[in-house]
Amino acid sequence: MTVMEQRGAYRPTPPPAWQPRMDPAPLLPDARPYRVLGTDAAAEADPALLRRLYAELVRGRRYNAQATALTKQGRLAVYPSSTGQEACEVAAALVLEERDWLFPSYRDTLAAVARGLDPVQALTLLRGDWHTGYDPHEHRVAPLCTPLATQLPHAVGLAHAARLKGDDVVALALVGDGGTSEGDFHEALNFAAVWQAPVVFLVQNNGFAISVPLEKQTAAPSLAHKAVGYGMPGRLVDGNDAVAVHQVLGEAVAHARAGGGPTLIEAVTYRIDAHTNADDATRYRGADEVETWRAHDPIALLEHELTERGLLDESGIQAARDAAETMAADLRERMNQDPSLDPMDLFAHVYAEPTPQLREQEALLRAELAAEQEGAHR
Amino acid sequence: MTTVALKPATMAQALTRALRDAMAADPTVHVMGEDVGTLGGVFRVTDGLAKEFGEDRVTDTPLAEAGILGTAVGMAMYGLRPVVEMQFDAFAYPAFEQLISHVARMRNRTRGTMPLPITVRVPYGGGIGGVEHHSDSSEAYYMATPGLHVVTPATVADAYGLLRAAIASDDPVVFLEPKRLYWSKDSWNPEEPQTVEPIGRAVVRRTGRSATLITYGPSVPVCLEAAEAATAEGWDLEVVDLRSLVPFDDETVAASVRRTGRAVVVHESGGYGGPGGEIAARVTERCFHHLEAPVLRVAGFDIPYPPPMLERHHLPGVDRILDAVGRLQWEAES
Repeated sequence: MTVMEQRGAYRPTPPPAWQPRMDPAPLLPDARPYRVLGTDAAAEADPALLRRLYAELVRGRRYNAQATALTKQGRLAVYPSSTGQEACEVAAALVLEERDWLFPSYRDTLAAVARGLDPVQALTLLRGDWHTGYDPHEHRVAPLCTPLATQLPHAVGLAHAARLKGDDVVALALVGDGGTSEGDFHEALNFAAVWQAPVVFLVQNNGFAISVPLEKQTAAPSLAHKAVGYGMPGRLVDGNDAVAVHQVLGEAVAHARAGGGPTLIEAVTYRIDAHTNADDATRYRGADEVETWRAHDPIALLEHELTERGLLDESGIQAARDAAETMAADLRERMNQDPSLDPMDLFAHVYAEPTPQLREQEALLRAELAAEQEGAHR
Repeated sequence: MTTVALKPATMAQALTRALRDAMAADPTVHVMGEDVGTLGGVFRVTDGLAKEFGEDRVTDTPLAEAGILGTAVGMAMYGLRPVVEMQFDAFAYPAFEQLISHVARMRNRTRGTMPLPITVRVPYGGGIGGVEHHSDSSEAYYMATPGLHVVTPATVADAYGLLRAAIASDDPVVFLEPKRLYWSKDSWNPEEPQTVEPIGRAVVRRTGRSATLITYGPSVPVCLEAAEAATAEGWDLEVVDLRSLVPFDDETVAASVRRTGRAVVVHESGGYGGPGGEIAARVTERCFHHLEAPVLRVAGFDIPYPPPMLERHHLPGVDRILDAVGRLQWEAES
C-alpha cells in the first residue's frame, strides 16, 4: 500500500460532541447588590423582623464599641471590630435554625453573640485565657477561626455529614474578601458544589484585607461571580442593608435545606474601624472614603425605614440603646474580673489520654507550682 | 487445641481487611480520598470497599488534599470517623495547614469538647523506584506537631492491628504506611486477625545482647537482616520496632539499651532534625550510665529525596548499619 493510499484510507472522526454541563445564566449574580431598604420592596418587610434586626444592630454596635474599649484597657489582647458590618453579622445569626451550624472567622464574634453565645465566653480567644471559651456543640457555633478560609471546608464536611445522616441541617460559613484568595476557599466551594452540600458561604467584602484593597485581591467582576466557576449560584447583596442580607441569606439557607446545594453570597460592606487596634488604617485609605460609608450606615438605614413607617419613635430608639447599654455594662463588669486559670489545663486536652511524655511534663509543672506556693507562704 | 490457619498475606491485604472490619463494626467510619472508590486506591488498599459499603461511605473526592482533610474535620465534628487517604507522602503537604492548625489542636482549642477522631493514611518512604514527590519520609513533621499520634507498622499483623487501633482512637492518628512493605508477605491468620496493644508500645523483634537497633516502619526488615549478618562478626543484635513514634515507648527502648549498653537508631528520613536525634537524646538521658558508646544514627542523607536511580545510595542498608555497629566498639579520643 502506498503512502497516498494509506492517507486515503484514513477517515478522521469528529471529536465527541461537547456541550456546557449547565446553563451558567441562572448562576450569575445580579449586576448590582440587592437592596430592600430605600426601595418599594421595603414596605413588604415584616415589621417584627425589622424591629428585631434593629435591636440586634444597636446591641451589636455597642458590643463592638465595648470590646474595642476593652482592648485599650488591656483586657483584650486584640479585637477585630465589625463596626459597619453589623448587618451581616446579625443576619447571619438570625437566619439560622437552632439545629444549623455557624462557622465564623476571627472577625465574627458578634455573629456568635447574636446567635446566643455568652458575650464573655465569645471573647475568650481574644482575651487570651483559652483558645475557645465555649462548647461548639451547645449553640452549634464552630470555634472562631484565625487562619483564613480554613473553616470553610469544615462547614462543607459538617453539612455533608448531616445530610448523610438524614438531618436537614444547614451550615453557614463566614469569610472575608481576603479569604477568597486562599486555596481553602477554592477547595471548599468545589467540594460543596460536587457534593451538593447544604452549605451557604457568606463573603463579607469589607473593602480591605488588612491594608490590601479588593482591586489588588482579585480581578473577578465580583466575588459573587466566582460561584459560576464552581457550578453554584452567586448572589450579590448590600451588606449594610440588614433586611436584604437577611432575605438573601434566608433564601440560600432554604435552598440548601431543600436539597438545592450551596450558594455563594457576597455582601458588599465596609470596615469602619481599623483591622484591629494594632493597625493604622490612615496609611491605606482616606477619611473621605470612610465618611461616605458612614453615611450608608446599617443602623441609620434601618432606623430611617422604621421611623418612616411609624414602627419606631424616640422612645423606641432609646429603649434599644438602653438595652445595649445594659449588655455593655454587664460585659464590662465581667471582663474586668480576672479570669481564674489552672496551669494544669495546659496538659488536660492535648490527647484523650496524656502520653507518658506529657505526664512527665505535667509532673514537672506541678512541682514548679508547688515550689511557688511554698515560696509564697514563706 | 484449635489450629490456626496461617496463610501468606501482604501488608496491603491486611490494611484492606482492617478498613473493612472497622467499617463493618462501626457505621460512622467513612473512607475518603482521591481514587479510593472505583479504583480501590492506587495501591489497592481500599479495593472492594466502595462496592461493599457504597459511595456514601467510601468516597472518591475531588483532587485536593486540603479539601479532603478539611471536609473530614467537619464530618468528624458531626460525629463521623473519617479515614482519609493521602495518595503519596509528598501529596499530603497541601493538607498541612488543616492538619496542623485544626486536626492536631481542635481537642485542645475546645477544651476537650470537640475531639477529632480522624485517621490520616499516608503511604510513605522510598525504595519503590518512585519519581520525585513519591518517596518522602515525612514523619519528623508529624512528630513535631502536638496533638497527633504517629504510628507506622512494619509487619502484616501490625498493619491490621495498628490500623484498627488508629481508627478506634478518639484522637487524630497519622498512619504512615511503608510503601515498600505493601507487598511484603507474612504468615497471618486472615480469619481471626488480632488487634494490638494500645497505640504507643514498641516491640522487640529480635533479642540480642551486644547492641540495640532502634528502628521503625520500612527499616525494620533491613535491621533484622543486618542483625542476622552481624552474627558472622560475633555481634548479637537486638532489634526494637517502635511501631509508634508518638507516643514514644521510652520504657521498652531504655530497657533494651540498658541490657545491651549500645544503640544505633536507623531510619530513612534525613538525620539532621530527624527522629533519630530525638531518640538518641532520650536514650542518652535515660541510659547514660549504661552506655558503652555514643548512640549512633544511621539515617538517609540530608538531601531532598533522590531520583530513583540513585535512591539505593541514600537509603540506609545493611552495610551502613553494620558499619555503625562496628563503630560501637568505641574508645574515647585521647
